[in-house]
Amino acid sequence: MWELRHRGGGGPGPGGEAASPPREGEAAGGDHETESTSDKETDIDDRYGDLDSRTDSDIPEIPPSLDRTPEILKKALSGLSSRWKNWWIRGILTLTMISLFFLIIYMGSFMLMLLVLSIQVKCFHEIITIGYRVYHSYDLPWFRTLSWYFLLCVNYFFYGETVADYFATFVQREEQLQFLIRYHRFISFALYLAGFCMFVLSLVKKHYRLQFYMFAWTHVTLLITVTQSHLVIQNLFEGMIWFLVPISSVICNDITAYIFGFFFGRTPLIKLSPKKTWEGFIGGFFSTVIFGFIAAYVLSKYQYFVCPVEYRSDVNSFVTECEPSELFQLQSYSLPPFLKAVLRRETVSMYPFQIHSIALSTFASLIGPFGGFFASGFKRAFKIKDFANTIPGHGGIMDRFDCQYLMATFVHVYITSFIRGPNPSKVLQQLLVLQPEQQLNIYKTLKTHLTEKGILQPTLKSLIFPIEDE
Amino acid sequence: MTELRQRVAREPEAPPEDKESESEAKADGETASDSESRVEAVTQPPSADDTPEVLNRALSNLSSRWKNWWVRGILTLAMIAFFFIIIYLGPMVLMMIVMCVQIKCFHEIITIGYNVYHSYDLPWFRTLSWYFLLCVNYFFYGETVTDYFFTLVQREEPLRILSKYHRFISFTLYLTGFCMFVLSLVKKHYRLQFYMFGWTHVTLLIVVTQSHLVIHNLFEGMIWFIVPISCVICNDIMAYMFGFFFGRTPLIKLSPKKTWEGFIGGFFATVVFGLLLSYVMSGYRCFVCPVEYNNDTNSFTVDCEPSGLFRLQEYNIPGVIQSIIGWDFANTIPGHGGIMDRFDCQYLMATFVNVYIASFIRGPNPSKLVQQFLTLRPDQQLHIFNTLKSHLTDKGMLTAATEDK
Repeated sequence: MWELRHRGGGGPGPGGEAASPPREGEAAGGDHETESTSDKETDIDDRYGDLDSRTDSDIPEIPPSLDRTPEILKKALSGLSSRWKNWWIRGILTLTMISLFFLIIYMGSFMLMLLVLSIQVKCFHEIITIGYRVYHSYDLPWFRTLSWYFLLCVNYFFYGETVADYFATFVQREEQLQFLIRYHRFISFALYLAGFCMFVLSLVKKHYRLQFYMFAWTHVTLLITVTQSHLVIQNLFEGMIWFLVPISSVICNDITAYIFGFFFGRTPLIKLSPKKTWEGFIGGFFSTVIFGFIAAYVLSKYQYFVCPVEYRSDVNSFVTECEPSELFQLQSYSLPPFLKAVLRRETVSMYPFQIHSIALSTFASLIGPFGGFFASGFKRAFKIKDFANTIPGHGGIMDRFDCQYLMATFVHVYITSFIRGPNPSKVLQQLLVLQPEQQLNIYKTLKTHLTEKGILQPTLKSLIFPIEDE
Repeated sequence: MTELRQRVAREPEAPPEDKESESEAKADGETASDSESRVEAVTQPPSADDTPEVLNRALSNLSSRWKNWWVRGILTLAMIAFFFIIIYLGPMVLMMIVMCVQIKCFHEIITIGYNVYHSYDLPWFRTLSWYFLLCVNYFFYGETVTDYFFTLVQREEPLRILSKYHRFISFTLYLTGFCMFVLSLVKKHYRLQFYMFGWTHVTLLIVVTQSHLVIHNLFEGMIWFIVPISCVICNDIMAYMFGFFFGRTPLIKLSPKKTWEGFIGGFFATVVFGLLLSYVMSGYRCFVCPVEYNNDTNSFTVDCEPSGLFRLQEYNIPGVIQSIIGWDFANTIPGHGGIMDRFDCQYLMATFVNVYIASFIRGPNPSKLVQQFLTLRPDQQLHIFNTLKSHLTDKGMLTAATEDK
């Protein structure tokens, strides 16, 4: 336990923190409060043999972080000095990740959805593992099973809520799937309750507090990872551009803030992450906005990115074909006077989406970093250096995605508030579920409305005998 | 503090006598928490005796055990009477009561968190917890309740904007709180602050979502609110009674006073009670009809044609069920403790009822559908209209004659 506390004493990767807290009882650096609380905790728990406690001799040796850099890279870079070697490893891995990303985009929305799901599962796994290590709860009965079980239930619930609408035609064909989707709320709630009851039954006399901690930890993790990933998938189905532009804005902000900070950095930004600087923050902000603007311009041209994803039963696959909405059609805007002088043009034609992209990029640069600070604080609080060691040079999956989380929610909220109207197929579905009398009433209301608007040509008879509302 | 913990950990059936709770604690082996709380207990005042003086004097002759029974009994009656008064006052007041209960439960759980983690000194923390409570409540109001208040909301311009963009506004507010949290991280208290952050969020998840589901159920029709809540209360009471008179086999180590006899007896008694209560309530429109906001009278009305669920129908009784089960229960039971102690059984119930209604009872809201329809693009509207038309024609609801009527 002490070993864990001492281990990553400094903060995340670029941490320039002071020396790690050496011994308990000393208030030098680190979390004084937690040290003394844990002192009390351990002393008391020692007496009662609670799992919370471990004497020094009982602590399993935590292996030093595995170096997962492939051998090839190591050999290729053996000549360079250690600092540049690190740069190169990070650079190569970054390029690899970006190309993998492009490859999956090419393969289509379904693959993207699977990618998002696998990232979600991996993030969940990483955070849960941290919880285990912090609380030494490997021995708790049922706990791992329950965490994964809850993950399954919540995923099933969200699938039924959101994604099933898009697969409606596919689902209609299979009887069991229909049942599973129609009553998904009830079934997922029943499953959740079963898990809840299992938890209550699994409470072991000496480990109540630990078990409640892990229960809460699991739920908060689910709240963070699963809800966000489903929001990402919903954004994706809105149109791939709503998925790509935000994510690339965040990545671009990461990279450009780092570069600006590297070359011009002087004033520290926040105590939590000592390596972040104001110059990097502001420079990153402007470059991200410009990058987002340009990326939006480039992507808006292609139907592949712009159209909502639909599942067509005839071709049995996802298609992105449609009439691009007004957001993605070039429009002329007259420039304000000062820009007129600069650009020497009267009007400029751009996509309305580009204006939205400015909002998205601004959010990515201003609030996205807070997600990063939150994760840094979290790592600092639990004395870990990285979430995991999945990616050489970068840490775990969570380390890459910590800034993305708030972004996904923001984009979703943005879309539902300002962009998207209700989903037509969902409206139709709900209409078909109503009672026949209600349907008839609605039909009449709609008919009068459409006729008034001129969308529906009135029949000859209805012109002679005007429709009466019953 | 020990007392508080015991109260929260136990179900509200066992009488909260101090001696018993102490021995229970030892039996449960919650020694780790106990000992820690003993350290804190020095600073905590013993739980105040809230019994009014009147009652104390009136019951001064009786032995301590029966006195306790009477106090509990009287308070139970008081709570039930209060419940009836509130029902009489109407759905709006009920909604406010639910909100008050929610806030009090939130307050209680947060206070426990503070006590556990000694986090009174953390900067900003209380403010942030209440702030998050406000944001989440606003979000849920926007999601669910504004549909019911739709006409009222449309009239007032600021309300309309608040309701239309509620997601964006509540998210912005939440983000502000989030950024304040990140900025308030103090070097030596990271872990504590993260714990409290997590504690607040789990509490919000439990308390606020459930209370809004309760309000959602309420708007479906007061019967969907009253019957589940009364069933849970009845189960509490009946299980206690059965356990008291017939209890022998312990049910679960966590609550040593619960018995299998109480559990099963309570089950059957509650089912019977629920049947009878529904029978009584289904007769009245004010319980059965969905709550609507009437624009002209500027108030809530519960007036409608009762749906098929609430009309008498003939069912064949299987031969087995021949006799009428007599039921009777005395009016004494559980009482003290916090609001949370009263409502801990209710929480899962609210979610279950809501899920049940959403899955099996309620269809989509027709007026809402029409509204959504009107915001679609013309070509989408036409497509939906034509699909609906062909669907109705297939069903035979729509013939050439009815079309032109």
